[in-house]
Amino acid sequence: METLEIKKDNKSKAKQKTRKLSGSAALLEVFLSEKVETIFGYPGGAIMPIYDALYDYQQKLKHVLVRHEQGAIHAAQGYARASGKTGIVFATSGPGATNLVTGLADAMIDSTPLVCITGQVYAHLLGTDAFQETDVINITTPVTKWNYQITDATEIPNVLAKAFYLAASGRPGPVLIDITKNAQIQEFDFEEYIPCEHIRSYRPKPIVRKKYLEEAAKLINEAKKPFVIFGQGVMLGEAETEFKNFIEKSGIPAAWTILGMSAIPTDHPLAVGMLGMHGNYGPNVLTNECDILIAVGMRFDDRVTGRLDKYAKQAKVIHLDIDPAEIDKNVKTTVSIWGDCKETLPLLTQLVDKKSHTAWHQKFKDFQKQEDEKCIYPEMHPDTNVLSMGEVIDALNELTGGNAVLVTDVGQHQMVTCRYAKFNESKSNITSGGLGTMGFALPAAIGAKFGAPQREVIAIAGDGGFQMTLQELGTIMQSGLNVKIIVLNNQFLGMVRQWQELFNDRRYSFVDIQSPDFVELAKSYRIAGQKVTERSALKKALKDMLDSPEAYLLDIMVGKENNVFPMVPQGCSVSEIRLS
Amino acid sequence: MIKQEFTITVYTENQIGLLNRIAIIFSRRKINIESMNTSPSEIDGIHRFTIVINETEEVVKKLCRQIEKQVEVLKAYFNQNDEIVWQELALYKVSTDQIVEKVKVERLLRKYGARAVVIRKDYTVFETTGHREETDGLLEALEPYGVIEFVRSARVAIINESSGFHEKLKEFEQTEPGELVIENEYLDKKDEVFSM
Repeated sequence: METLEIKKDNKSKAKQKTRKLSGSAALLEVFLSEKVETIFGYPGGAIMPIYDALYDYQQKLKHVLVRHEQGAIHAAQGYARASGKTGIVFATSGPGATNLVTGLADAMIDSTPLVCITGQVYAHLLGTDAFQETDVINITTPVTKWNYQITDATEIPNVLAKAFYLAASGRPGPVLIDITKNAQIQEFDFEEYIPCEHIRSYRPKPIVRKKYLEEAAKLINEAKKPFVIFGQGVMLGEAETEFKNFIEKSGIPAAWTILGMSAIPTDHPLAVGMLGMHGNYGPNVLTNECDILIAVGMRFDDRVTGRLDKYAKQAKVIHLDIDPAEIDKNVKTTVSIWGDCKETLPLLTQLVDKKSHTAWHQKFKDFQKQEDEKCIYPEMHPDTNVLSMGEVIDALNELTGGNAVLVTDVGQHQMVTCRYAKFNESKSNITSGGLGTMGFALPAAIGAKFGAPQREVIAIAGDGGFQMTLQELGTIMQSGLNVKIIVLNNQFLGMVRQWQELFNDRRYSFVDIQSPDFVELAKSYRIAGQKVTERSALKKALKDMLDSPEAYLLDIMVGKENNVFPMVPQGCSVSEIRLS
Repeated sequence: MIKQEFTITVYTENQIGLLNRIAIIFSRRKINIESMNTSPSEIDGIHRFTIVINETEEVVKKLCRQIEKQVEVLKAYFNQNDEIVWQELALYKVSTDQIVEKVKVERLLRKYGARAVVIRKDYTVFETTGHREETDGLLEALEPYGVIEFVRSARVAIINESSGFHEKLKEFEQTEPGELVIENEYLDKKDEVFSM
């Protein structure tokens, strides 16, 4: 492979120890060199040689047997998001590989580093419509950062080196390597593994250009109403401290995107809440009032911006991002700072003046007060006996102290959790943001627990999404994993129902979903649990769950037709956010 | 902004699957590719794509960034027609009888800079290269006599201002890039982002 550049001095340093290894064993040796600890996978015909080799590596590599390949890849995503390391997936050819596609798309849009290995039919059978043959490379091209098919075992070390490098460097993303069965079996002389450090056609990080930092600092120093909005880039770049230093010196209020949440503690004095469709009132309205908008490691998703031609038109925009394709993609910038925010933020911090912007902060507080009255108070004190989702999250905050990792699914419960959850630590909010994949929470929570075993990991799902991947309860049972599960059960596909209520004249078209008895279901997987219907039983139930040394499920019945507010209706400007 | 013809030149590694990776950047956005050519470049082992589309400059700019984002792409440039030298090649198959009887072949060949590639008893194949209007012109001239087959190649183009890719590639090969590949050069001249 001519694109693979390995530094010559590295090569000579490497001891010329060669061993005869099968392609499968070589793959696992590469994993050990890359410090892989956990693999999420599911065996099948075309990946059997790799699983056979894995039999001898059980002491060194933990393999988690999932119940569906989608579960494997979501688990790997959860692992990567909680640990900051690259998630590893094994799946077989054909259906095994196609079952990864949702997770790949999810990891692609949420920039999650993954290396997925799929088995493939023998090279001589490629293109013959062989049993379980599918064109994995072409199916996955749009949803991978890079993919490659290996038909010869000698390619394995170099291709895998490239895969690990690409997955984690620059803007991270999923990489898929398809290995034909003959290459898995083929023996070859395996030399010392040399990690990849450079690919000539790939530039993960640009040179930081001082000039633009200076221009940005000038704008920031002159600003009367500067506003920082930040995304997952802060965490992916491990720049939490650098980011905190920047906002603390410049005194600028900061709001997070759903994926940026937990990069700074939610109770940080400069934190003003969440942006976007169900974000907080102040950050949305004041986006259209600030004079300088400083976007850090975020990509101006339409759920954040609302109607683009009415988004922050009055403001000068400074955009810090590692991916040049994001700059000027949706929002035109005045100054673009292309670079790794771990490098750019400290340089910018040096150049900005120390300020406090007290009057400007007060505006956020005023809006917060309105939101408290009109949205938050009613959510926390419903005038019915039926629980609201907000009450549950609030009670959970109290018991966890904001120290748990919350893994959410997609829908109303996700928005409510992200609105009300408290976080002290980075990488605590794991959710499917860009793709909005229902069924994400349970398998991702499994992965998160493997990625952060010392932390409390709680999956929060709705009754709809939970049923999309609930077979992964089997994975929890088999691995004896201490994952907590909360189902916020409103007996509806709640978010779609909310839209049907607000925008389709309450024509509830196929959102009335029936569920099994989740507690009994969990029980059949030997997972303890209880159903909560009364407000008075909530705290005790949450405590029982958290006190349990094992997995535990709570099926919490919440208001059937509760809505999530505030809301920026689709096609509206962020300043047209509705409180009810 | 109005749509106009742009020629995108992409320097890439020679890698199976890359054609698809580049093509889907257009199809995903429902953008029609007018023509696409892949060929070797001035540098051994480096491939060169020439893609013609009709789009606004802003869209083309974004497309080029998406193309450059692909791991095996070294660089993407876009140019308007006055910034490039370009040619297309066309072949025309006509009945030899018809041509011999009714056409002043010599004049035709001169006028359109064409030549006869094959002359057989039953048919003749003409070839010409040039811009779209020129290859279209010969087609029009031959049409009354019955064109049995017609085919036109994708555009190939040379960028007027380009000094080739040799120097840039040297920079790309270094772990720490120098001035030539400060790819955020577009920050300097925002409006002419990927032009050389």
